[in-house]
Amino acid sequence: MKYVLMFAGSVEDQEAWEKLPKDQLAAAYEHVNKWFDEHSKAGRIVGGAELKGPSSSTTVRIKNGKAIVTDGPFIEAKEIIGGFAIVDVKDLDEALALAKTWPGGGIVEVRPVVDHSND
Amino acid sequence: MLGDFELAEEVVQDSLVAALQKWPEQGIPDKPGAWLMTAARRRAIDILRRDKRYREKLALLERSVLAPEPAEADDRLRLIFTCCHPALSPEAQVALTLRAVVGFTTPEIASAFLVAEATVAQRIVRAKRKIVEAGIPYRVPEGDELAGRLDGVLSVLYLMFNEGYLSRGAEVAMRRDLADDALWLTGLVGTLMPDQPEVLGLLALMKLNLARSAARFDAAGEIVLLPDQDRGLWDHASIADAIALLDRAGAMKSTGPYQVQAAIAALHSEARSWQETDWHQIVLLYDALVRMADSPVVRLNRAVALGQFAGPQMALGEVNDLAIALGGYHLFHSTRAELLDQLGERALAREARQRALELCQNPAERSLLERKLRS
Repeated sequence: MKYVLMFAGSVEDQEAWEKLPKDQLAAAYEHVNKWFDEHSKAGRIVGGAELKGPSSSTTVRIKNGKAIVTDGPFIEAKEIIGGFAIVDVKDLDEALALAKTWPGGGIVEVRPVVDHSND
Repeated sequence: MLGDFELAEEVVQDSLVAALQKWPEQGIPDKPGAWLMTAARRRAIDILRRDKRYREKLALLERSVLAPEPAEADDRLRLIFTCCHPALSPEAQVALTLRAVVGFTTPEIASAFLVAEATVAQRIVRAKRKIVEAGIPYRVPEGDELAGRLDGVLSVLYLMFNEGYLSRGAEVAMRRDLADDALWLTGLVGTLMPDQPEVLGLLALMKLNLARSAARFDAAGEIVLLPDQDRGLWDHASIADAIALLDRAGAMKSTGPYQVQAAIAALHSEARSWQETDWHQIVLLYDALVRMADSPVVRLNRAVALGQFAGPQMALGEVNDLAIALGGYHLFHSTRAELLDQLGERALAREARQRALELCQNPAERSLLERKLRS
């Protein structure tokens, strides 16, 4: 079964992350990269990306065929999504076990991906 | 995916219905265990007990509850762990466990928790849908995962028990005895997982509480608090059983919050009177409990015990510190009222008791508060 792990954290977490000194940031990235590499090689992670901060976000709203473009994320939230991984595992327990090992801290939401292969 | 769980649940329901239809006509099969999973069996036992013709077969049925076949035992545990998966809401875990493992009907669950049938039905439908859509596995967790997941199962069982136990004597006659069902189910988990001391601890705790049942209400149905209970009415055989369970758990040398709570209950059960209770030991056990599972309610109970040898002034200080955390909890206010009474602060005591009454839902507890307010 495929799941998306959404890595989230508070706005403050995000700011603190951006302000980390270079060497600490590099060390933190190394942990995250190692986690991605290891699980990708094992076939559990099949995709994913890190997202830039919400200040870089642009929202497009489509209504009655018209698209309106505005600055910022679509929802003002205390938590923001910083990245995601698409995983392919046996069941929810395996997805949760993987989420628990996420080295980036913060919050991980686990959502199953809709499977259209049998449609 | 869904197959396993729904199948198991259907087996519980269908086998029960089938058994109740066929057995009276065709007699009980040689291996009733193969017929009935889990407490569907328990319900069958209840029904059969009323019928003398089945007494012999009944013994067989009860034995098979105690010694399930290995494959069947696995199936039941899988069902329990799936129902109590943390990815389901706590309400859904309880409802699903009662439905799938104990064999309650939707109206029975609704009346047990005083919620609308439609709410329960929706909870169950949603939970089953989530099991399928989110891919919640039908299995017993292993290794490092087991301890945490077992805690989840035990908290569902304890919640079920408390819901039944605390509301006993309430004016809901059709309410099924949740406390007995929770005790039975915990016993089942204990049989299936004999190496888990916390399961035995919870079982002992439930038994110790139930052993006081006969003394908890007077002839008029009014609640009687622990200090005033007639200890001769307690079920001393059951207390001895519970203490033996606790000793067995203790021998496994891995203590936990249920064992500690049971140890506290055991000290109360062994005391000849409220005054002769080993309060010092009880405070030490509460200290251990605070270290394992700190909560404002645990601290409130600790303060009450402390007051027994350190005096009401000291206890009141500790209780007052919990005002922010427990301001909405009726027992916080009624505890303050008791301590204020002891200190001769009648007016403040009355105020606190009034607040407790505003917050209290349980009819028997309300009646007690009203009586004290009148006196």
